[in-house]
Amino acid sequence: MSEPMQRVALKVNGEHHVVTVPTRKHLADILREDLGFTGVHVGCEHGVCGACTIRIDGAIARGCLILGGQSEGAEIETIEYLSSQPGTRDLVEAFVSENALQCGFCTPGMVISAAALLAETADPTREEVRAYLSGNYCRCTGYQAIVDAVMKTAAGRRAEKGEVA
Amino acid sequence: MSKQILRDPIGKSVPRERARRFVTGRGRYTDDTAALRGLHAAFVRSPVARGDILEIDCQAARDMDGVVAVLTHAEIAGLYQPWRAGNTLLPEMKAPEQHALPPARVNYVGEPVAMVVATSRALAEDAAEQVFADIDPLDAVADIETALAPDAPLIHEDCGSNLCVILTSGNGDYGTPFKDADLVIEDTVDFGRHTACPLETRSMLAEYDPSSEVLTLRISHQCPHQLQAELAKILGLGQHRLRVISEDVGGAYGLKQQLYQEDVLVCLAAIQTGRPVRFVADRLESFASDNHAREHRVSARIAVTKDGRITGFELDDLFPIGAYPQYPRTSLGEGNHVLRMSAAGYDIADFRSRLRLLFQNKALIGHYRSVGHPVACAITEHMVDRAAAALGLAPETIRLRNFLSDDSYPRKTPTGVHLHYLSQHACLDRLLADMDITALRSEQAELRKQGIYRGIGIASFVELTGTGNGFYGPGGIDVSGQDGCTLKMEPSGHVRCMPSVTDQGQGTDTGIAQIVASVLGVEVADIRVLSGDSEITPHGGGAWASRGISTGGEAAWQAAQTLREQLLMVAGHLHQRDPETLDLSKGHVVDAAGAQISTTAEVAHICYFRHDLLPDDMPTELMVTRHSVPRVQLFQATNGIQAAYVEVDTDTGFTRLLGHWVAHDGGTLINPKLVEEQIRGGVVQGLGAALLEEIRYDEDGQLLTATMADYLVPMASDVPDIQVSHVTSGTAEGVLGAKGVGEAGVAGASGAVLNAVNDALGPLGATVRRLPIAPRTVLAALGGAAPLTAAKTSGSGR
Ligand code: FES
Ligand code: FES
Repeated sequence: MSEPMQRVALKVNGEHHVVTVPTRKHLADILREDLGFTGVHVGCEHGVCGACTIRIDGAIARGCLILGGQSEGAEIETIEYLSSQPGTRDLVEAFVSENALQCGFCTPGMVISAAALLAETADPTREEVRAYLSGNYCRCTGYQAIVDAVMKTAAGRRAEKGEVA
Repeated sequence: MSKQILRDPIGKSVPRERARRFVTGRGRYTDDTAALRGLHAAFVRSPVARGDILEIDCQAARDMDGVVAVLTHAEIAGLYQPWRAGNTLLPEMKAPEQHALPPARVNYVGEPVAMVVATSRALAEDAAEQVFADIDPLDAVADIETALAPDAPLIHEDCGSNLCVILTSGNGDYGTPFKDADLVIEDTVDFGRHTACPLETRSMLAEYDPSSEVLTLRISHQCPHQLQAELAKILGLGQHRLRVISEDVGGAYGLKQQLYQEDVLVCLAAIQTGRPVRFVADRLESFASDNHAREHRVSARIAVTKDGRITGFELDDLFPIGAYPQYPRTSLGEGNHVLRMSAAGYDIADFRSRLRLLFQNKALIGHYRSVGHPVACAITEHMVDRAAAALGLAPETIRLRNFLSDDSYPRKTPTGVHLHYLSQHACLDRLLADMDITALRSEQAELRKQGIYRGIGIASFVELTGTGNGFYGPGGIDVSGQDGCTLKMEPSGHVRCMPSVTDQGQGTDTGIAQIVASVLGVEVADIRVLSGDSEITPHGGGAWASRGISTGGEAAWQAAQTLREQLLMVAGHLHQRDPETLDLSKGHVVDAAGAQISTTAEVAHICYFRHDLLPDDMPTELMVTRHSVPRVQLFQATNGIQAAYVEVDTDTGFTRLLGHWVAHDGGTLINPKLVEEQIRGGVVQGLGAALLEEIRYDEDGQLLTATMADYLVPMASDVPDIQVSHVTSGTAEGVLGAKGVGEAGVAGASGAVLNAVNDALGPLGATVRRLPIAPRTVLAALGGAAPLTAAKTSGSGR
């Protein structure tokens, strides 16, 4: 019995890729193993921990809950790309300066979720940040530095726009 | 040579190099390494808690596409040495033999019984499903009562009993009545089994090169040298032919400190197949086969006088450790710390304790961050609060009356723990000020009138950090109590730094770089730290017992001092100055007035390329290794205190955390920001243990919490901001005066929450005696529901 395979064309971080993968392989594993985007982390493979969070056609999603075939033709962005974009660089710097991570395993998912929150809400409260990030599990930090980093980024952006921080 | 004081960048919150890598997705965790022609392992695991293996039929699996090997005990017997987790200091301890794959009997759900190696993980799992393991189930020993029953089935027949070992400690005989007590209170607290649950599961990749007979194991692990030594022994390889690399580790917390069966099996498969073999535990496998921690039933008695003096304390810890003691450290540490650290901060004339380790048919219980301390703290502080309540004293008052006095150090506790200096009074003062206890109490009283039940709990603890090898080395266990650091200055004046301690997020790498930068007068950015590779770094302990900076930092300090002296000697000769008058600063050799004489890089360059400028007998090597081991005392004992403010919903039993405060003595803080978030991270793990986390089994030893939807850990919205304050006091060891901080957060958090919940329930006459404090537990205490597991004993003092 040979493994059923599937050909999937997708765009990742601006590059076009065509991969032939087992139909049961999830997108997080395809990104990691077939395309080398190891910034996509796998912590639970059942949609609970948020480590595999990526962006698909602009919206955040869990790479472990999507099969390769479902991402045919999709535009995918991973942390490797997003962290280098002008729109997220301030968030990345805030994570570094606030020490908003320890082992770093949750961090790619955390940064991508935080970026989505800030795109939706320019002026979140600490409670809103905590609520929004509650799909992302971090076992190392006390979450507080992560909240600090998000708040700092939001304040910086508002100041940039001339709004009082 | 000239004296060195602690100076910049020690004490500065410089950012971590790893942080930038991680945030940009450039981490190098074990499973991020590709391997050409790599194979994947999957395991067939026991579905029953106890049973006899009748037959394992692998033929169907072997015939499948992509399957390269299927291994059972029969295939690997003789290719490795089985192991026993014992300690020669305790010859009476039962240490059953453990195999990579069991020859005849399974002892817990999830125990591997066969291994499949195939070209992909999915194919390996498919094949594992085709392995027919015929196991005849036997009655399981799944709880404390069953394990102790005289007619209990014997988990290890050759051990003769399910009791692994009994230890006692203190300055009196266990069970003796207390003298001088006006009041004696007894109580029992049950601590649920939980697990460290790192986000990155256990992960490994083994590669064997038959031409050089070198085995390289990349593994998510805390102690690469320990693992190298153990695997060499078990696999019969020279230690120099084994290389263990643990580069980036996605959380460990004590869980990745031991040897697991899969480690041995993956190495064996790599040797057998000559191809790279990878295994990454999935989350279900993690819950079933990772080491768990902290299942304890602790009964205690506290004796007090009318005026609030504690005159006696006694405790009895029943500690079921699962099917085997974990290897190589054994599972003693957890219980031993409960035995020794309970009430360690109080001046109590009459203290005694007893510990019983029991086997049961569950996954192994091992070390988890702050080994034993949270249990010691919670039981002690629960009893102290109960005594205070009985006497009508405020919790802080009874503590002030009984803390060891600040001018009584150095001293020894009744259990032989050497305390050089504690700052309990200063920590308590700081905590009460930070939380504004008066305002909090009036808010609490006001809300109570409206039927809102809030509680304030405080919990003080003494902890052992940076432990030396007193228990392991003499006990015949090759766990290093010392740590080393190698420094190499390049001809350019840049520095490579290779510490034996490993960094899994603590920021140890950066702290060590700060220490080296301070001594050598260079920027942190001029130093590259390379850790987590047993082939390159000096042999040492790795990450355990909050030792990264307290022990590893001291070694780095000494290595940097030696390198500095060497550079100044050469510079002194070149510039005809007395080296004693020179210093290194900002990349330069400077004189006493701070005037720059030359760059450090020029001196380094001359050492490598211009020996003609130096006398023949002048040493010019710029590579130094130094080791550090706690000698004056076996550890850097320190202390802290925490407070929790909670609201308990008496209708639903749900507890919400409103505030949490920590005052802690970490000695010299090398990088305050790293320290603070370390402590907060620990607190949140402790809060999880207090309210959410529990590994549950049914009475047949079947695992009930097998996904992250069943096993709850704190999310961002479950916890409040946590106020951390530092109190700094001296140490007996070394120059730096840094004490461990990694475990302090966990140590006090659950005790504080337990006391807070009981403070909230006090007016209702209810007491919670079980962790985690799930809603059912609260409702049961209020008389409304049956608890998940009924505590068999209850208090008599109220
Ligand atoms: S790995 Fe996808 S949510 Fe955990
Ligand atoms: S930093 Fe380790 S899990 Fe978040």
